[in-house]
Amino acid sequence: MNRIVPEPISRQPWSLFVPLLLLVLFGAAVLHSAAGGSMTPYASSHLVRFGVFVLVALALSFMTRRFVRLVAYPAYVAVLLLLVVVEAMGAIGGGSQRWINIGPLVLQPSELMKAAIVVVLARFFETLPVGMVNTWRALVPPLVMIGLPVMLVLTQPDLGTALAILFGGGLVMFFAGLPLRWFVGAGAAGALVVPLAFFFLLQDYQQRRITTLFDPGADPLGAGYHITQSKIAIGSGGWFGKGFGNGTQSHLNYLPEPHTDFVFATMAEEWGLAGGLFVLLMYLLILRWGFAVALSSEDRLGRLIAAGAVATIFFYIAVNLLMVMGFAPVVGIPLPFLSHGGSALLTVMICIGLLLMVHRWNTRVSPRGLS
Amino acid sequence: MMRRRRPRELITAATLRDRFDRRTAMLAAFQGGIGVLIAARMTYLAVFENERYQLESESNRVNLSLIPPRRGWILDRNDLPLASNRADFRVDVIPERLTDREGAISLLSDVLGLTAADRADLLQRMDEARGFQAVEVAQGLTYDQFAAISVRLPELDGVVPQRGFSRYFPTGPSVGHLLGYVGPASREDYEKERNPLLVTPGFKIGKDGLEKVFEQRLRGVPGARRVEVTASGRIVRDLSTREDVQGAPVKLTIDGPLQDYAARRIGLESGSVVVMDCRTGDLLCMASMPSFDPNSFSAGIGRIEYAMLRENERVPLRNKVLQGLYPPGSTVKPMVSMAFLEQGLRPEQTVFCGGGLRVGNRVFRCWKRGGHGQVDMAKGVYQSCDVYFYHFAQAIGMDPISAMARRYGMGEKFDLPVTTQFYGTVPDPAWKLRRFKQPWQPFDTVNATIGQGYMLSNPLQLAVMAARLATSEMVMPRLEYSDTVPRFAPMGVSEQDKMYIRQAMSDVVNGPGTAGRGRLPLDNVLMAGKTGTAQVVGLNISDGRSGPWKYRDHGLFIFFAPFDKPIYAGAVVIEHGGGSGAAYPIARDVMTYLFDPQKGMDALLALEKQWGGTAQERLAAQYRAYAAAAGQSVPAPRVHAAAAVDPVSAESRLPAPPAGTTMPAPTGSAAAAAGSAAAGLVEEP
Repeated sequence: MNRIVPEPISRQPWSLFVPLLLLVLFGAAVLHSAAGGSMTPYASSHLVRFGVFVLVALALSFMTRRFVRLVAYPAYVAVLLLLVVVEAMGAIGGGSQRWINIGPLVLQPSELMKAAIVVVLARFFETLPVGMVNTWRALVPPLVMIGLPVMLVLTQPDLGTALAILFGGGLVMFFAGLPLRWFVGAGAAGALVVPLAFFFLLQDYQQRRITTLFDPGADPLGAGYHITQSKIAIGSGGWFGKGFGNGTQSHLNYLPEPHTDFVFATMAEEWGLAGGLFVLLMYLLILRWGFAVALSSEDRLGRLIAAGAVATIFFYIAVNLLMVMGFAPVVGIPLPFLSHGGSALLTVMICIGLLLMVHRWNTRVSPRGLS
Repeated sequence: MMRRRRPRELITAATLRDRFDRRTAMLAAFQGGIGVLIAARMTYLAVFENERYQLESESNRVNLSLIPPRRGWILDRNDLPLASNRADFRVDVIPERLTDREGAISLLSDVLGLTAADRADLLQRMDEARGFQAVEVAQGLTYDQFAAISVRLPELDGVVPQRGFSRYFPTGPSVGHLLGYVGPASREDYEKERNPLLVTPGFKIGKDGLEKVFEQRLRGVPGARRVEVTASGRIVRDLSTREDVQGAPVKLTIDGPLQDYAARRIGLESGSVVVMDCRTGDLLCMASMPSFDPNSFSAGIGRIEYAMLRENERVPLRNKVLQGLYPPGSTVKPMVSMAFLEQGLRPEQTVFCGGGLRVGNRVFRCWKRGGHGQVDMAKGVYQSCDVYFYHFAQAIGMDPISAMARRYGMGEKFDLPVTTQFYGTVPDPAWKLRRFKQPWQPFDTVNATIGQGYMLSNPLQLAVMAARLATSEMVMPRLEYSDTVPRFAPMGVSEQDKMYIRQAMSDVVNGPGTAGRGRLPLDNVLMAGKTGTAQVVGLNISDGRSGPWKYRDHGLFIFFAPFDKPIYAGAVVIEHGGGSGAAYPIARDVMTYLFDPQKGMDALLALEKQWGGTAQERLAAQYRAYAAAAGQSVPAPRVHAAAAVDPVSAESRLPAPPAGTTMPAPTGSAAAAAGSAAAGLVEEP
């Protein structure tokens, strides 16, 4: 191959970085508009955070297998303890609290758990003897490992994050090769439990968000307001949108949370279907790269970590987009790389870091091991 | 090694690898499916439903508010405004947008001086308002109040100071009954019309009188203001504004200064004056007093002021010209004479009046106890001898007289743009049988022939009767101005008879008649007329001239002038005036004012000095006294900026005083313009 670009640069996974960068820059543009045509307060901090988190991701990517094997369990336990601490602080403070203030940093342990659960389960299945995959030993410990944080997060209460942890952990189990019939059975049980959970576990406002999903017009100024306004924003954009900075739904405050949960609606209003398809294409490229990393990984740990990270990123994207289009309840899950907000960006960037790490393992291994 | 246990499949690293690849492919396919679903959903929303959502986005963004149209003017026959609009400061609130409801209301109360009752009323209206509907807090603010609220706006979300127009009636009570008043639309009004304009703050509709009748013509087309608003209702910018179209003017046959003069000349009495042009039927004045000040209503009448009007025994809320029914008394005698003439009675035929006439077993007295001696038709009219009419009416019978009464306009409902007309009763034998199931008696004829008994008519009908007597044509009154001169059908009265009755009626005033003090103080104009006194209660209760007000006789007078070439005709009815002596001096002065404004005005001003001011001033004083009695302090009366003489006030007919202010001449539109300029704040037509 004729190398015009130096090898250390061309070696980098540009098929990830290019769509990622485009998406983040596009996100900054949308946030610039959402702030009423100003870099502050959203766009500039979005870029700065991304810059910092890219460094975090790169740092994570240098972790070796040995190191990951070493810290997987301690990290999981540490995050679990942080969740307990937050819970205790909330109980003492007399309200629900989801974060810990560490100087200027606001740390939301439930976000870290999304990555930690993937790593710890990957580590667990790596060490589980192959023959035991069909036995209860492959089922019960992971369920406990998933169940503990899910319960803690649910009491915060943060349904979206709880589902994300459940989804990420569940998919790692799925990828680990557990019998398919268990998942079918769990699905059937879920179908029975979900209605019960709906009535007995969910908070009142959470229940309303789900009921309005089926009939947002029933209470357009109440619980259905978010979905209705979001659909108006997306629908009024048309093919190419109202133009950059011309979105009225966002600028006149009809759209709730135009810079976080509903950033896609803000974008779609100004950029139209074209903008939406561009965003979807970028996600497609990123996820495709993630799958490629997972499939080309030679060891079980790398494969499961990569697939779990991809699943977690996908969960964010899918739930957020389904939500803004009125297909999923309003659960407060931001859109990766576009939404303004540190914790969620940190989570997805950790996932990206894990993918980069596995990618690095793959590229190191192949020349040495196979040639 | 596990082969014996058949069902157990062998799991190796390769199996897991295989499963991993298959399951990632499944997830990838699932993700692809979700991606396609999202793309399809978005395409559906943004492309196929685009039109609908664009509309919804626009209706979110754009708030349309109506600008109440300026109401059309009501003009008198010389194009002078009887009702116009004044620039006005107003303040509204939009309850949905109030961030600090309590704070805003207490601040407004301080600035505007709202009482606790006002506040309770305001809160109730705010609760009833829907959506971003604005609610009027107050209108008629002074500039200082307006400015005080305007500077505090940053801390008063949802409070909207506005400049608008309020209805202005320069002569106030003089036109109250005729024009009616305007006010905010009621719930019933809104349900009838379903027009969002009706609930727009500051918009007023005609509630009575001509304001109500001509509502649609006067209303105009509202303007509209499109503004961009945020979700919380803050106005971001104006998008476009469409000017309102002022309502069309309505031009009346009324002579503004004459209307004012007549109303004021009624003075302390309770009564009405109607003057019409008997050549065209134009109603020049329809004054009814005491009245209300329609300006008070257009600014929203206070509870106390309304109670004062409602409790007054002289019913200032009733238009006596159209809704007052009175026994016409002796004013019917010229008309009855016409019936006699038509039936072939020669006017020279006499009857002896000894002060009474026996009918059946009862003696009917003439008003003059001493008797009139020999009485012919002329003397019967000018001396108003009852016996003459008792005698010949019995001879001729009731039916010709009733028929004649109807031809002269009694019992007639005229085609006029008014809200209500009471048209009274013209009794005849058939009517009595129908109404009371009793046969007609000779004494019924005797009563009816002197305008008593069952006979009832309103002052407008009496004026029409005067006009038809004067011209012997079927004069029809009209209220809307028109340049065309109508051709009235002749009544079939011979020239000789017409002249005979005219002369007799002239003698009432200018000869040896009953209204000698009614002679006009003018050299060249003679007024003809006929007095009437209508008993309200029997002589056993009151003599009709003194005692409690409500037992006194009504005083009536019908007239036309000049008697030989009639131009004006009319009627004056004074309720409980104690006899015709209360009525004809008013007719005299009104006619004097028409021919010589200076002389008429001198008479009025002298009287008003005794009475304590103009009708408007007295009404204001009465209100203050009433309010003080009710234990309420009343804000100073609204001072209207009309420093100069208003072009429709009685004074406007006077020549300009030698020095100082100039007064507009009462003719033509130049005068209207001058008048408007003088009135200062009045908007241009």
